[in-house]
Amino acid sequence: MAKPVPTAAGSDAVAAETPPKQLGPVFKAAAGPASWADDRLGVAKLSRPFIRKVFPDHWSFLLGEIALYSFIILLLTGVFLTLWYKPSMAEIEYGGSYQLLRGMPMSESFASTLGIVFDIRGGLLIRQMHHWAAMLFIAAMLVHSLRIFFTGAFRKPREVNWLIGVGLLAMGLIEGFAGYSLPDDLLSGTGLRFVDGLIRSIPVIGTWAEMFVFGGEFPGDLIVARLYMAHILLLPALLLGLISAHLALVVYLKHTQYPGPGRTNGNVVGYPVFPVYMAKAGGFFFIVFGVITLMGGLMQINPLWTYGPYNPAQVTAGSQPDWYMGFVEGAIRIMPNWESHIGGTTWSWNVAIPGLGLMGLLFGLMAVYPFVEQWVTGDKSEHHILDRPRNVPTRTAFGVAAITGYGLFWVGGGNDIIATQFHVSLEAVTYFLRVMVFVGPVIAFLIAKRICIALQRADHERLLHGAESAIIVRDPSGSYSEPHVPISQEEAYTLTQHVDPLPLAPVTEQGDLSDKEFKAEQRRRKATRFFFLDALRKPSRAELEEAASHHEGDGNGHDGDGSRDVDGHDAKEIGAGSGPRRAQD
Amino acid sequence: MTELERRNVDGRSELVALDERFPVPDPGEPEHLPRLTDVDEAAADRATRQIALMFGLVPILAILFIVNYFATPPETYIDFAGLHANLQHVIFGVTLGLALTLLGVGAVQWARQLMNDQEIVEYRHPHESSDQERAETVGILEQGVAESGITRRKVLGRSLLGALGLVALPGVVLLADLGPWPTRKFIDATLATTIWKEGIRLVNDVTYAPIKAEQIQIGQLVNGQPENLQDLHGTEFQQAKAKSSIIVVRMNPNTIKIPESRQDWHVGGILCYSKICTHVGCPISLWEQQTHHLLCPCHQSTFDLGDSGVVIFGPAARSLPQLPITVDSEGYLVARSGFTVPVGPSYFERDSRNDFQQGDN
Repeated sequence: MAKPVPTAAGSDAVAAETPPKQLGPVFKAAAGPASWADDRLGVAKLSRPFIRKVFPDHWSFLLGEIALYSFIILLLTGVFLTLWYKPSMAEIEYGGSYQLLRGMPMSESFASTLGIVFDIRGGLLIRQMHHWAAMLFIAAMLVHSLRIFFTGAFRKPREVNWLIGVGLLAMGLIEGFAGYSLPDDLLSGTGLRFVDGLIRSIPVIGTWAEMFVFGGEFPGDLIVARLYMAHILLLPALLLGLISAHLALVVYLKHTQYPGPGRTNGNVVGYPVFPVYMAKAGGFFFIVFGVITLMGGLMQINPLWTYGPYNPAQVTAGSQPDWYMGFVEGAIRIMPNWESHIGGTTWSWNVAIPGLGLMGLLFGLMAVYPFVEQWVTGDKSEHHILDRPRNVPTRTAFGVAAITGYGLFWVGGGNDIIATQFHVSLEAVTYFLRVMVFVGPVIAFLIAKRICIALQRADHERLLHGAESAIIVRDPSGSYSEPHVPISQEEAYTLTQHVDPLPLAPVTEQGDLSDKEFKAEQRRRKATRFFFLDALRKPSRAELEEAASHHEGDGNGHDGDGSRDVDGHDAKEIGAGSGPRRAQD
Repeated sequence: MTELERRNVDGRSELVALDERFPVPDPGEPEHLPRLTDVDEAAADRATRQIALMFGLVPILAILFIVNYFATPPETYIDFAGLHANLQHVIFGVTLGLALTLLGVGAVQWARQLMNDQEIVEYRHPHESSDQERAETVGILEQGVAESGITRRKVLGRSLLGALGLVALPGVVLLADLGPWPTRKFIDATLATTIWKEGIRLVNDVTYAPIKAEQIQIGQLVNGQPENLQDLHGTEFQQAKAKSSIIVVRMNPNTIKIPESRQDWHVGGILCYSKICTHVGCPISLWEQQTHHLLCPCHQSTFDLGDSGVVIFGPAARSLPQLPITVDSEGYLVARSGFTVPVGPSYFERDSRNDFQQGDN
């Protein structure tokens, strides 16, 4: 589009009939540089397919954008902070303008952080923005991953992008923790002391790992400089690379879309990048930036000048890590005090299992889930239409169970605060959580699955019997009923667009399978049965047509099916008569 | 007889067989409904003015930000919403935050109200290569392999793999100096020991004043350090302090359990324990005077100081190490020896068989 205007000589004859298209002033001004670039790089050809690339519109697609924009803001504010921050644990006497700490011995890193807060104009704003953006970055990634999970966007062909996302989330946590530790204030030093204990607890190699990370005994004088390198170079570079790959795959595979009229597995319906998404996404970047700036200006975060410098003999009651480490903190707190003393060695299960095991479990489960589900369902086809969460009740229930477990661990991270705020015993909170982290997810699973099935039944009711018309009719015998009206084809299509599960009966005949294969297949069928158990199948075309013809006759879906009782109430039983079939019937 | 329906296939309208997987046929894109700004020129003008106003406020706010940078005295504080905040900082946040938000809202509003809102359709194409493409690629690779000669001269491939594998080793070995190697000797001299020795005075952890037995009342807790800590500086000081911190408590000797083996570790009910939690090393600080419990604020491990520091609640697995103390000739509290077991969190090489357990004597 930025190609230069055709030169005069050749086009004169044509111009006589159709006047040459007049380009706007911007295009005229850009023509020179654009053609220079195109001659060398072919930018016109390269950019053409992307300029009008279509993206579908939905609020839930903004969650990943928030994570992306927070990351950009982290880079911008982070660069500002590096201009003054000194990653040194060398001890100096504080001589800055904060009176209450004057003359205190402290590390250079803490002193330089105080300098950013009190002596650099706008330093406090940028520091608080950086911290808020970090909180938002991880929160947005987590909620974005839930959106992907519940809508099945991780299915073929997007498994690789899901894995990249899991890697981003895991590295985001480490990146956040590394940054949190840099100021070397009392709170972050306490966090580092915890990390020291955590690393030590690794069986067999723990002490070696501790010495290699800290460069000697805790706290040593190297850890801040090493974390600084990881925080501003190593991890951001990896994050940036993975984010680029993540976005490139979104563009290459094209975005998924929710079911709806005109939307199929073979197309993508939405607005073009230029100009609509350029304005919307660009505008949204500035909104996220603006909100984070307002938060940085108006909401105090991590007021480390009130904590003072790190002192291994001091700690504050109510010490807690940033929210995203809360689930690990909770697991550490509620873990029973198991430790084995074998020979001259100590195995600290009480630290290693909740500290390293839980993080491994979370990211491990996330990473394998798409492949497990594919194995269970045997579904090898590509999916570009998102699932409505109710239509895959077992997956949705798994997700809700995971949220519940995560939430309970997270609550454990504040068991002392809960005890003091709600006047309950700390021991009771801890014992309750020890049981609930196992029981809670199971209860949540069962409830979520039932809710999904109930929602599926509601969809069926609308499909087969139509929508409530809100008109009450009294018939000649004196009874009242509410006629239903058929729903639009648009809605009916949206409600039936998902692909039904394939019912798999248990294998009974071994056929030409080897014993091992036969057993494996039996196991798979069992998992399949569990996955699809009780999920409703959508009505078939014949069932829909039959229901529609009923309604045409009497104008009331329920008169014809004989399920009205003597009181004149309509039996709302969806499972009755020609209702939905269960997948496993 | 197959039913047919009209479908949009790759931009062309075609008759295709009904897909039984979808019981309701696709009605196609819903009709586009114009917005008020599409049909009412006045509404479009109004939207234009609103957006231009938002953009117009941005430079004003940016200038206010700059004025604030130079004009607002840095030491001015205001109180609002329960917060005592620096005025300049708050103005920075509000002006820049509003400027950025208005810029964003204006752009989004432009897209929503004035840009063409007709949805367009793009078609997906299969990502996988066709069988022919796959075969061609495999063919090219085979050709390359053949041309390299590796199939005839296998030793080249094997030696290359070996070379690539081992050339990474120097890089790994270079990291061996990341930290000291925790040999038995090193551990004994560092993790397993503290600067406490026989005869070292117990001093107040802030003033370094030595502690006299009669200064401590029953129920009182004092945070202490070894007197020789003040000889250390910088890193050594922090490393020593992270292990040597102690708490000195006085309890009524008749109401607490003092095992046979520790009868001479206390001075008239004054007991001394390590302050470093045996869980992950936080300094333990919350003293419950009546129950003799000491609670760690980090993960709520609770130790009974009236029973040789055994764990009564929480994730810590080992008793709090007790420091044997006595009084010197001037009446000051001194250590009878160093700690008898390593203090602080567990490490793999720690021999934890000798730690005090409930019921020991």
